Amino acid sequence: MMSGRIRLSPAGWIGAALTALFVGAALLSLVWLPHDVGVLDISARNLPPSPAHPLGTDHYGRDMLSMLMAGARTSIAVALLAVGIGLGLGVPLGLLAAARRGSWLDEVVMRGNDLIFAFPSLVIAILITAVFGPSAVNAILAIGIFNIPVFARVARGGALPIWTLDYIMAARVAGKGRALISFQHLLPNITSLLIVQATIQFSLGILAEAALSYVGLGAQPPTASWGRMLADAQTMIYTEPQLAIMPGLAIVAMVLGLNLLGDALRDALDPRLRRMGV
Amino acid sequence: MRRALLTRLLSLILSLVAASVVIFVLLQAVPGDPAAFMLGTGAQPDTVAALRADLGLEGSLPVRYLDWIGGMLRGDFGTSYTYRVPVAELVADRVGVSLPLAAYALILTVVIAVPAGLIAASRRGAAADWGVMGATQLGIAVPNFWFAMLLVLLFAVKLRWVSAGGFPGWSDPRAALGALTLPAIALALPQASILARVLRGALIDTMGQDYIRTARAKGLSQRATIVRHALRNAAIPVLTIMGLQFSFLLAGAIIIENVFFLPGLGRLIFQAITQRDLIVVQSVTMLLVFAVIAVTFAVDLAYALADPRLRRR
Repeated sequence: MMSGRIRLSPAGWIGAALTALFVGAALLSLVWLPHDVGVLDISARNLPPSPAHPLGTDHYGRDMLSMLMAGARTSIAVALLAVGIGLGLGVPLGLLAAARRGSWLDEVVMRGNDLIFAFPSLVIAILITAVFGPSAVNAILAIGIFNIPVFARVARGGALPIWTLDYIMAARVAGKGRALISFQHLLPNITSLLIVQATIQFSLGILAEAALSYVGLGAQPPTASWGRMLADAQTMIYTEPQLAIMPGLAIVAMVLGLNLLGDALRDALDPRLRRMGV
Repeated sequence: MRRALLTRLLSLILSLVAASVVIFVLLQAVPGDPAAFMLGTGAQPDTVAALRADLGLEGSLPVRYLDWIGGMLRGDFGTSYTYRVPVAELVADRVGVSLPLAAYALILTVVIAVPAGLIAASRRGAAADWGVMGATQLGIAVPNFWFAMLLVLLFAVKLRWVSAGGFPGWSDPRAALGALTLPAIALALPQASILARVLRGALIDTMGQDYIRTARAKGLSQRATIVRHALRNAAIPVLTIMGLQFSFLLAGAIIIENVFFLPGLGRLIFQAITQRDLIVVQSVTMLLVFAVIAVTFAVDLAYALADPRLRRR
């Protein structure tokens, strides 16, 4: 259980600040953007930074700051929903497998997980989006499917040792079923494990979304996305290199922030893992 | 030992069968008639019918699946609709780019990660360790295709040392390797960061063991202890990660090839996707998955041979 205050390392605070910055920008973009990114103004294209456009404009005259904020919204939404798929399906599967340890159900869940792990995820994600058409929803599904076995494994691994504890035995003697015990007693105990894993998968999701939208298989225009901004910028890299720099920096800062936060949370919530340093 | 080998072989085959079913079913799930999908909306009905027959779309699903798998096993990957040549021919042309690229990147990964991990673990807590950990933290966060763009920006646009992409072919091996260098660096950086961190963690773990203390007590220097004792034991987690990394390198290569306009399997898949050449997509994906599963199997087997404790399981 998470109780009391969580002490974060300085690196953890940097991670939390970066994450908060991007999540804040994404939330703000829902209600307000400095400029409308749906409006193309060719006369204002490739402007240098100015008070009106703090980061300049792109090749269609769109405000870069607004594009980055709207892109943050897309990235975060896709990655977060993909984590949601993993948590929503993976955790129950993992808990179920742990509750019936060694049964055929456990076997099926774990072998199925091995199989998904063996797949080159990006190749399959590309295949899924190619078959069902490129869209943000299909990107979420393609990334989310590979989150399921990750969370199933973490949930099962976290739940197994708890099943041997006395108070679980007491709950069983009291007549509670395995499913009820799993959700009432085991889930709260593996929350911190799940939070740490969710942070990691969130950052991997941001990278995967960027890769998919870079190759044109993510969110489609006019939805802004960092990967698509990079793909557009690549054709103009000789004349307008700054357009290729900013979206990339945004991805790096967001992913770095989440990774630092994830590491710090893991250390804070589970001191035993600290010495591993991986 | 033989039994363990058989179990592993069986699970390899099961994985491949399951993978092929998933890929087959996914591509059957293409909305509507695949032949109509491939030809686009303006196609004549008789053209669509001819293509259906051509693609072997007549007959039940299981029959078509068995036809496809049987063909793959004989080396017949089907016929590309757009290129009008056997898919196997297309693949053979492009493997010569993708495989060397992945191998080049894997070598760079090891060359960068092993010294970095060694330095960080042996100077734990010192400035060198902080430097390596900071650099690798950044390396993990950088998308490889963006790093590739930065390399192009620096070496092709600003310095003009290399061309921004393309591949001259293997007739001039030096030029070919030159063309693969930037892509391989871009692919290797994130993987090297991961591997260096894993190696550091594994070494630190091993260095805490009693037999290491014994070796040190015998008067062996820190360096000799690491090289002779710790490194060998840290090899298992490192090999595991390297096996997984092959899959990332292959998948990463698909995207990196597009950044550098390299005529490899990745570009083939994307061209096939845009041209709706589904049989190419299906067969090339299956080949990639086969390569990944086979490498994982080989790594698994390698430990079983290397570690007597695992041999009996």
